[in-house]
Amino acid sequence: MKYISAKWLSVYAITYMIFLYAPVILLPLFAFNASTIVAFPLTDFTTDWFVGLWYTETLHVALWNSAKVAVSTALLSTLLGAFAARASARFAFPGKTGIVGLIMLPLVLPEIIIAVALLIMLNQLGLPLSLLTVVAGHVLICTPFSIAVLSSAYRGLDRELEEASFDLGESRWGTFRRVTLPLVLPGIISSLLITFTISLDEFIIAFFLTGTDVTLPVYIWSQLRFPAKLPSVMALGTILLVVSIALLIIAEALRRRSAARQGIETTLAGT
Amino acid sequence: MAEKETPPMIKITDVVKKFGTFTALHGITADIAEGEFFSLLGPSGCGKTTLLRLLAGFEPPSAGMIYIDGKNMSGIAANARPTNMVFQSYAIFPHLNVEENVGYGLKTRKLPKAEIKAEVDKVLALVDMAGYGKRLAHELSGGQRQRVALARALVMRPKVILLDEPLSALDKKLRDQMQVELRALQRSIGITFILVTHDQEEALIMSDRIAVMFDGRIEQLDTPEGLYRRPVNKRVASFIGVMNFLPARVTSETDDTITLNIDALGQAIIPRDSVASEIVPSDIRSIGVRPEMLTILFDETERSELKVEAEVIDTQYYGDMTYYSVRLPGQDALVTISMRNTAGRSVAPPGSKVLVGWGVESIVLFRD
Repeated sequence: MKYISAKWLSVYAITYMIFLYAPVILLPLFAFNASTIVAFPLTDFTTDWFVGLWYTETLHVALWNSAKVAVSTALLSTLLGAFAARASARFAFPGKTGIVGLIMLPLVLPEIIIAVALLIMLNQLGLPLSLLTVVAGHVLICTPFSIAVLSSAYRGLDRELEEASFDLGESRWGTFRRVTLPLVLPGIISSLLITFTISLDEFIIAFFLTGTDVTLPVYIWSQLRFPAKLPSVMALGTILLVVSIALLIIAEALRRRSAARQGIETTLAGT
Repeated sequence: MAEKETPPMIKITDVVKKFGTFTALHGITADIAEGEFFSLLGPSGCGKTTLLRLLAGFEPPSAGMIYIDGKNMSGIAANARPTNMVFQSYAIFPHLNVEENVGYGLKTRKLPKAEIKAEVDKVLALVDMAGYGKRLAHELSGGQRQRVALARALVMRPKVILLDEPLSALDKKLRDQMQVELRALQRSIGITFILVTHDQEEALIMSDRIAVMFDGRIEQLDTPEGLYRRPVNKRVASFIGVMNFLPARVTSETDDTITLNIDALGQAIIPRDSVASEIVPSDIRSIGVRPEMLTILFDETERSELKVEAEVIDTQYYGDMTYYSVRLPGQDALVTISMRNTAGRSVAPPGSKVLVGWGVESIVLFRD
């Protein structure tokens, strides 16, 4: 076979990167642009849009709602994920492949389908829409991510390590505290950060299932109706972008550190 | 081995272990003496690791009793037994350094820090790992991990140390060295060791006694020499060392002797008192001969009780020894003969016709 030359491969890689990140770069670009009209050419540099966010009361409410939802979602889905990951990594039981497959299915189901289905079900049950229903929807889509992260953490945990601890006189609880927990902790933190980020960014389910309390993405969507608000949305988007990237970098760094400590060579794709 | 009057360190009676419908152990009975180096030897799936895990207390037996140091172990979990295990993977805690690994068990006993440190240093010196206390598991070589795993068990001063294929992950040279070291260490500290291995040579080198296991049963429990010289059946005979098998029939019996007709070798008259009582002469279908019990005669004048003509098919020269694959008249299967390369002894090339010398004492009888 003929090899593609390195030159063309780098052209391809650079084009790909531009395609991927050019739209994202527009966000901070217009966030610092003085004009209320989001269009080129750029005018003066300003931080007014960021300052404006500080005085927008409805935004703060939405942010607080999102924080509550994201923290609850992160805790619940990581807890559920930990149980499922341990079961799938450690034990063999009938129907395991099918059960794990069904739990992981929300990863690929269209969110709009999940959102509509949940809305119909909640109506049938007569449950009022609130932040709680948003949390329920978010746990559903976040748990598979948590399982994926924690499965690799549990698979790296050799069963003989727990047996060795038990054999050396430690109790079940002591073994969990001194061996199991320290070894899966980076995975748990990583799962918390990832599920928190997903919940914070999620729009469709939140849009369908939220009542009068809006979350941040729903708030942003509502602001898009007013062209004059567009630059402040850009500013808000910039902040969210930075926070999301920071959280994901921390999550990955933690995962790598624990892998390095165990002497396992990994890449992001290797999870 | 211990004297008759001292009670065994471990007493295993009629132990059965079932996993669902699969029976891993069919009624194991054995006594293991204090200070003994005891091996469980067999191919993978024979139940040897299962038996070790029952002794450690990781799993309960389905039936039968295990006594350790005179105490009934039923209902006593691994963390309350006077046994410690050296795992096949070594199971060194990856988030703790060598010192913390070795001191792990002492910490569960709530010993003062200084005392733990002193004990850990002592045992690390014993396994030749002094100065490695701050290293993490992935910074150690396979041999060093093995020593840490052993130190972690030794520091607990258990009555029994259980070793699950502890040398199988090491390369041959290191394995040979560790076999000798482990044996010497066990002798000097006098703790009962129970070793699980599939390597018959390892078991022969290290053990006081060996239980050879097949399909969840102990086929033979004997000293290394006993297993090698007097295997009870063809399975054990072929598992321990190299054994040549030749078809044979008993042609006549008297009160004192048994006369065998062995294919390719001819007639052999064997004194009855040298035949083990559990062997029924009329059931004998084959005999065994160890490679070192046969001799290639290079000189017509060399003395041998009995001689047979043969053709050398292949010659493997090992320096100190030469191994010959030889075809005896009328035999399809080749026979292995090992010869020590003493001064002045030549090596027979493949294709040469030789005389093979043998004697009645070289024949091993067993149940088929």
